[in-house]
Amino acid sequence: MSWNQTRRKAVSGLVVGFCAASVVLALIPLGFILTYVIRNGLPALSLGFFTQMPKPVGEPGGGMANAIAGTLILVGLAALVAVPIGIISGIYVSEYRRTRLASAVRFSADILNGVPSIVIGLFAYTAAVLPFRRFSALAGGLALGIMMIPIIVRTTEELLNLVPGALRDGALALGASRARAVFTVILPAALPGILTGVLVALARIAGETAPLLFTAFNNRFWSTRLDQPIASLTVQVYTYAISPYDDWHRQAWAGATVLIGAILLFSLLARATTRRLERMHRT
Amino acid sequence: MSARGPRGASSGGGRLFPLWTGLVAVLVPCLVAGIAATLWWESLLSIREFGLHFWRTSVWDPVAGEFGAFPFIWGTLYSSFLALLLSTPIALGIAIFLSDLSPHRLRQPLIFLTELLAAIPSIVYGLWGIFVLVPLVRSLESATPAWLRGMPFFAGPPLGVGLLAASLVLAVMMIPYTASVAREILKAVPSTQREGAYALGATRWEAIRMALFYGRTGIIGAIMLGLGRALGETMAVTMLIGNNPKASLSLFAPQYTMAAVIANEFTEAADELYLNALVEIGLVLFLITVLINALSRLLIWRVGSERRARAPRPVPATAT
Repeated sequence: MSWNQTRRKAVSGLVVGFCAASVVLALIPLGFILTYVIRNGLPALSLGFFTQMPKPVGEPGGGMANAIAGTLILVGLAALVAVPIGIISGIYVSEYRRTRLASAVRFSADILNGVPSIVIGLFAYTAAVLPFRRFSALAGGLALGIMMIPIIVRTTEELLNLVPGALRDGALALGASRARAVFTVILPAALPGILTGVLVALARIAGETAPLLFTAFNNRFWSTRLDQPIASLTVQVYTYAISPYDDWHRQAWAGATVLIGAILLFSLLARATTRRLERMHRT
Repeated sequence: MSARGPRGASSGGGRLFPLWTGLVAVLVPCLVAGIAATLWWESLLSIREFGLHFWRTSVWDPVAGEFGAFPFIWGTLYSSFLALLLSTPIALGIAIFLSDLSPHRLRQPLIFLTELLAAIPSIVYGLWGIFVLVPLVRSLESATPAWLRGMPFFAGPPLGVGLLAASLVLAVMMIPYTASVAREILKAVPSTQREGAYALGATRWEAIRMALFYGRTGIIGAIMLGLGRALGETMAVTMLIGNNPKASLSLFAPQYTMAAVIANEFTEAADELYLNALVEIGLVLFLITVLINALSRLLIWRVGSERRARAPRPVPATAT
């Protein structure tokens, strides 16, 4: 073997080694973060965390009941904004994929997906806080909903495209209109996948903080009113994290654990569903 | 594909269906335009008052009504490009490993795990950063030898919070985005490219290099997509960069970013001009990220459409 060949093989081996090492390198922070959050958060988690209100500094215990309820309300509002718009746009983009509007929608969904969350917050502030001169759950829900729309459009499109063309052709051949074919045949076939996609989007959106800072703001009290400022898990974790108190830090870790737990759960669920759907359509 | 045109099936209520779904779909582009228009409108006061001067001066004094945004744009660009430098080789390494090298059994779990990095909320990255990364960075900074400290890149006291901590977390947060798009691009490169290279006696790396070169526009798109994420990242950076509106070359110095100043000061901004100045920062952040995302999408799509043109998919059901 010539010297040149040895050198080339060595370089190749080095690069392959580097690629394997970079996977390990990326998994180190992941493992580090997950174990650290869970190690600090689990001991601070108790039933009270879910049922009690925050306590003032110095008093041990207390929970984030209001923030958890707030996050659920905000996420619910976001879903009300994003799910209808997202799914219908997704249907349009998938059904009429060759049209100019479909490419425009696809493109702007990708653009919207890349707009920083803080900028979406600014928009929701000018659209829903300024006119009423009041921070509100509605404004927070609007901000989160805008962030969800592009995710749902693209998920819906992808999953509708997974449905075999023969199903559509069959429905059309039987004389069904386009709308009927979509709503009675194609959409139901893709629905489990779309619903999991929506759940994943909800879990991710529940982890957003920046767009809530000046839309939903925060609330130290129990509030479910939509026209009032409302607490959320993430903003509460932020407030606690930058505070100087150990008690509050413990609460922040507990909140982070709840967030991570929800996201892990939904991601695993989504993975299982998509794999099942892919297997189903392949056979 | 034959029956799928805008006028595919127009029996019964068929004409209404594309109309009303199209009307809903048109909301998405309108939303993007609406965000741009609103931000522009709400920052008019500051644009008129300061003009381009806004981006060249460094004095940020809300009390005196002086607003210069240079430190923020500097901090945003500096931290993002440093993160880009750190994350790109690793992200590409992951993409190559997962598309070409990984044993079949490991591939799906590894893809899942690397993409989990993107699912961790920014606030959790920040929390972890404050309590774990910052002390680590601080001890690293304290251990820096004196001759290095003399350089402008490593000047200043070892605080822990600062540009370096923020960039490190940003790098980790960017990896999954770049890696997953780059992997898709590598998968889209026709296998004849690699087979040809192997047939000519190429080593593994030489064949992969062929594929990387073939998909280069898409790879650049993937890297830019990651950059777009870093530029707009808010919470983790706000918690780690130190929030000091002073542009500096030093990695150890606490600095500030555009997203962070909006997050920190927006609820406290009392007068119109102050609010407008902050919205103008948001407007520019919006324009930069839209530009970068649009460019990266176009680059990525070009590779995708080339593939479709070359190799039509035989069975539609196997699409990912």
